[in-house]
Amino acid sequence: MLRVDITKQLGEFSLAASFTSEGRVTGLFGASGAGKTSLINMIAGLVRPDRGTIVIDGETVDDTAAGIHVPTWRRRIGYVFQDARLFPHLDIRQNLDYGRRMNGLTEDPAQHKRVVDLLDIGALLDRRPGKLSGGERQRVALGRALLSKPRLLLLDEPLGALDESRKLEILPYLVRLRDEAGVPMVYVSHDAAELRQLATQIVMLRRGQVTAFGGVKVLTGGA
Amino acid sequence: MSVFEISPTEWTAILLSLRVAVIATLVATPFGIALAWLLARRDFWGKSLLDAAVHLPLVLPPVVTGYLLLLTFGKRGLVGGWLADHLGIVFAFRWTGAALACGVMSFPLLVRPIRLSIEAVDRRLEQAAETLGAAPWRVFATVTLPLALPGVLAGMVLGFAKAIGEFGATITFVSNIPGETQTISSAIYSLIQTPDGDTAAARLVIISIVLAVGALVAAEVFARRATARLHGQ
Repeated sequence: MLRVDITKQLGEFSLAASFTSEGRVTGLFGASGAGKTSLINMIAGLVRPDRGTIVIDGETVDDTAAGIHVPTWRRRIGYVFQDARLFPHLDIRQNLDYGRRMNGLTEDPAQHKRVVDLLDIGALLDRRPGKLSGGERQRVALGRALLSKPRLLLLDEPLGALDESRKLEILPYLVRLRDEAGVPMVYVSHDAAELRQLATQIVMLRRGQVTAFGGVKVLTGGA
Repeated sequence: MSVFEISPTEWTAILLSLRVAVIATLVATPFGIALAWLLARRDFWGKSLLDAAVHLPLVLPPVVTGYLLLLTFGKRGLVGGWLADHLGIVFAFRWTGAALACGVMSFPLLVRPIRLSIEAVDRRLEQAAETLGAAPWRVFATVTLPLALPGVLAGMVLGFAKAIGEFGATITFVSNIPGETQTISSAIYSLIQTPDGDTAAARLVIISIVLAVGALVAAEVFARRATARLHGQ
């Protein structure tokens, strides 16, 4: 479960969002500049809200009234950025293992194999990020986030930097992730078609305000 | 004795210079990394003052830096007196004092490449590390520092090259005692004031040039590797 009730002033732009989502995939939908990335960064703890609360999986990670702000690294979230942000000095195997090491988790070969198979990245393990295509990088980034065993997976336009054919290459993996990985996701996109395929609940943002909340059908309501 | 044969006195000066420069660089590097990180990644009150203080040895006359070191770390100096009384560490007229003078004089050259390479590390990668559960100090140890490592090595090489050639501050602070504080530079200085010292001075001059050029080449190689590394090759 994810509960968000925050306000944030960013220069001229004011963001106010309030929703509770039980969905497996919560889609944050809106045009660019609607405040989607600011909102997901607040859930990640990278940006601090001016006022309000954020609750992830029953734990209050932000409560400005009570002075609570759990730092990003203690939130146990996974974050897949638009630009994969793989560590260039580590090979793919070390990239995938990074979250496990930082969280002090014991090795879990079964989970490792499941994720590597799910994303078809077994052949890439000994390579460096610089040698990978955009689509491959994004799949590794998904795997890296999953292997840190997050309780919430945040995806900020993970297909945004890819061309059409690459998008079609990745989408099936995201569907499999939703159905098999068992981690709730927040999925940011400005592409209604993408969210129709993936999301179970939609938060529609416009100029920093939530204009609609509900099932995927709100996407057809009048975006 | 052949023109190219290095005399025992010269060897002593060369080895002393190497020891002084190695120790100065190794001791200064952790401080240099910490300071470079502060200047590259943190905003705080007095940051530009600190930045100016780091660069001071570069713009002050070396004799002034040496004299200030003598006042501070000399036997009757504020810090030097305390260190001598309580820890038994003496800098005045010892090779350790030469190392201190070289460390201080080379510090700006050491810090600068490290700072630049830390600034060049993509902060979005540090953010990604944080979302994967890395505490700030582990982000530094596992992402920032490895990616900045070629810059750290370049800074160390440049600092070493500066330290091995330092003259003004060293001779002011610890004088020119053969076998204790007479480095290559002060040996050359003594030799060119001695009749018939020209050949020996020339040998040491050539050695100085070789060491300096070698350090610059090494720094260049590290800089190239830094670029390759940041592009994930």
